[in-house]
Amino acid sequence: MTNTIADIEQADVILVTGSNTTENHPVLSTFVKRAAKFRGAKLIVVDPRRIKLTEFAHFWLRPNLGTDVAWINGLMHVILKEDLHKKEFIQNRTEGFDALRKVVEKYTPDFVEGITGIPAENIVAAARMFAQAKTGSILYCMGITQHISGTDNVKSLANLAMLTGHLGAPGTGVNPLRGQNNVQGACDMGGLPNVYTAYQPVADLGMAKKMEDAWGVTGLSTQPGLTVTKMLPKAHSGELKALYIIGENPMVSDPDLNHAEKSLKHLDFLVVQDIFLTETAQLADVVLPSACFAEKEGTFSNTERRVQRVRQAVTPPGESKDDWWITSQIATRMGYAMQYPNSRAIFEEIARVTPSYAGITYNRLENEGLHWPCPTEEHPGTPILHTQQFTRGKGMFHAIEWIPPAEQVDEEYPLYLTTGRVLYQYHTGTMTMKSADLNERAPESFVEISGKDAEKYKLQEGDQVTIASRRGEIRVRVQIQDKAVEGTVFIPFHFAQGAANKLTNAALDPVSGIPEFKVCAVRIGKAA
Amino acid sequence: MSAQTLSINGREFGFEPGETILAVARRHHIDIPTLCHLKGAMPTGACRICVVEVVGAKTLLTACNTKVDAGMQVQTESPTVVAARKLIIQLMLSSGNHNCAVPGSDRQEWTDFQIKVQGEDGSNQLCPVWGDCRLQDLAFRYQVSPERLDVTPARYPMETVNPFIVRDFSRCINCGRCVQACNEVQVNNAIQFGYRGPEAKIIAADDKPLKDSDCVFCGECVQVCPVGALVEKEGRYSVRLWETQQVRTTCSYCGVGCQLDLHVKDNRVVRVTGVDAPPNNGSLCVKGRFGYHFVNSPERLTDPLIKENGKFRKASWDEALDLVANKFKKIRDTHGGDSMGVLVSARMTNEENYVAQKFTRAVLKTNNIDHCARL
Ligand code: SF4
Ligand code: SF4
Ligand code: SF4
Ligand code: FES
Repeated sequence: MTNTIADIEQADVILVTGSNTTENHPVLSTFVKRAAKFRGAKLIVVDPRRIKLTEFAHFWLRPNLGTDVAWINGLMHVILKEDLHKKEFIQNRTEGFDALRKVVEKYTPDFVEGITGIPAENIVAAARMFAQAKTGSILYCMGITQHISGTDNVKSLANLAMLTGHLGAPGTGVNPLRGQNNVQGACDMGGLPNVYTAYQPVADLGMAKKMEDAWGVTGLSTQPGLTVTKMLPKAHSGELKALYIIGENPMVSDPDLNHAEKSLKHLDFLVVQDIFLTETAQLADVVLPSACFAEKEGTFSNTERRVQRVRQAVTPPGESKDDWWITSQIATRMGYAMQYPNSRAIFEEIARVTPSYAGITYNRLENEGLHWPCPTEEHPGTPILHTQQFTRGKGMFHAIEWIPPAEQVDEEYPLYLTTGRVLYQYHTGTMTMKSADLNERAPESFVEISGKDAEKYKLQEGDQVTIASRRGEIRVRVQIQDKAVEGTVFIPFHFAQGAANKLTNAALDPVSGIPEFKVCAVRIGKAA
Repeated sequence: MSAQTLSINGREFGFEPGETILAVARRHHIDIPTLCHLKGAMPTGACRICVVEVVGAKTLLTACNTKVDAGMQVQTESPTVVAARKLIIQLMLSSGNHNCAVPGSDRQEWTDFQIKVQGEDGSNQLCPVWGDCRLQDLAFRYQVSPERLDVTPARYPMETVNPFIVRDFSRCINCGRCVQACNEVQVNNAIQFGYRGPEAKIIAADDKPLKDSDCVFCGECVQVCPVGALVEKEGRYSVRLWETQQVRTTCSYCGVGCQLDLHVKDNRVVRVTGVDAPPNNGSLCVKGRFGYHFVNSPERLTDPLIKENGKFRKASWDEALDLVANKFKKIRDTHGGDSMGVLVSARMTNEENYVAQKFTRAVLKTNNIDHCARL
């Protein structure tokens, strides 16, 4: 997030899109709800489902799946036409404005209504509401990123924020909500194929030299590596021989699971390190038992870039060990000595090689976390990014055309399917499914369908149905819900039984490598 | 410095316009007891335990919602104040199943009362929040015992059908904190006051069990309930505050990163509560608060496993690590580092992610590293 969680309550208008916030970021959603209910903030929700947050919204815009660039361009069209854009901000802090203006010209409210299904007058009203507010904050989540056009969607939201000057000040910002506790940290730490810590590019020779010196090695590769969505196909084709999977369960979370399973089975050597014998671990040649968060010392970085302490409360079961210990042992046994006495020592090394973490120490984190960038020990941390200038100097407008999603409904597969999470489960369920009461609230997979569609397909609440896409077929129970909008059904992806990802499309965003989990075409029928 | 002052217990203090007596007093460590007052919510003045004496005022005033005026003279523990508080506490104690044996309960009807409460509790133990109750604290502080021990059955039976939470109306003092926590802090709008006068009850929807209402089991109401009227279902009676140790850490579910206390008893996590610090200011959601069982699950992996003929067998660390190191080495040296890949996890710490990427790059000699968290 460019801004903090608490900062959301300062906004005059909040635009939430592709985030079912009350279920996926429940405590963060309280800031949004309080702002709308008690502070008079205006709330605009743009989501294909009638999620809980729509009850607090002044506008709920309901776009067809995979039409985000179109409605965002539509808002910008109106803002420009009505001269509501922030000229000074654009002049001083951005570039590429003319190209943007040109591309959004054709996205008139009527044209956009044709693509998105959002009534033209709502596009106009929402555009005015967002642009005219003193401060505006944009919150988004995987409903924006998990598309073949995910990168375009994110850039479009940044366009909107820059056009309206809603950046770099309290109550503004473009704020992605990270789904898992330490996604932010995993990225900050260089758990990505193209960067070291703090997003220092691997392709930069100087960078490689710096890391070689820090680590006492030679020959670091300057060739960016493979994303997970490309690793699996390479495993399938035999180019990738070995995988070391730490704490992940791609056997439930990957798109097109049938293919993922074949790929993993194809490997010469699979090592899985986890706290449970997950679906993925079962395929492994060697399984290494790790300690969980309650059993270790360390830090997580939350969605607002706040680095916070993790502390040991109980001892790990049996022989299980800290993940860093296990990895260091493998390294040492391969001839590269990695001997850290504790997590604090590792953090000190991180601070040495990571400019944005350089000023952070365990001592400073004792009572409250710190927001990176925090370059020196005297630096108070940075709750709000881009207050003076953007990372690259000037903010770049990207002129972007809408492209349709990779798969569309047709006669054979007449319904759209979108996927996501429910409140009571988390990701692939390896943790939440161990709590009986959570399972009581969300025991199994289901398909959420609108009353009208249920009528159309002659389905009753609780019916067992089969849902099929071009890639696979699953059986789940019907839930008729107000959240669903006619023509689109929803299935949570947590469950290995009735796994939504047997159906989803592995078509990737060309830049981010993120699959289009949020759109595919399916058909539904009563199970035999 | 503010120019205007007031006096509390004879000492002069400055204040900001709009501040309440309670706020000024707290800032100067003058302890005025409260029950219904809830940070972040509009003060309601419901319980009146915070009454203070103000010179010139006709009645005692509630400190939590009375704004300070210049020159105000306040007494927080005068005999009148103490008498008023004693009466309030006594009424509260007498109104429900408060079987915590506060001082002076050595009369005969105490036994009848205990038997009745034990029957209604379905337990022969004292109140489940004994030792962790604001009303009990106050009864002790002001040395109050119940006036008359009511042995008629509780008006509303205990609600035990929900997951996570037991609602015990017989111990509710109608302070309304839960209603405010639910409506003003979490904004889940699941509970409110229902019925009138002595029939008053906190109701969910049109008086349904929580599980059939809009309740999302965030547990905020349980955390703020000052008495034993809202209690976590698990560990009711078996987890007593003084037997546990609290360790502050960060939630391991979503990216909000709520600060929480893990309550530990016998090397097990038995309860989780929210810490009043950013980013969550005390709040949690159902996963963070109630989703801790995986830590202690019997299904946790306890030993390294090596697959032989399609079956796993247990192995020592030495054996497993040597096997992995040798295999990795061989594959790297035969096919090159780019024939290998590492998937790290959003669930690991920064330190662990750092070590894993260092291993990938410095030892395996490839940049094939990613995580599934965007999925
Ligand atoms: S658990 Fe949360 S949602 Fe349910 S009644 Fe309590 S505060 Fe409200
Ligand atoms: S349940 Fe607890 S918090 Fe709610 S009104 Fe009763 S005593 Fe107060
Ligand atoms: S308590 Fe809930 S909202 Fe807070 S970090 Fe954990 S999962 Fe997220
Ligand atoms: S705390 Fe002031 S009236 Fe209850």
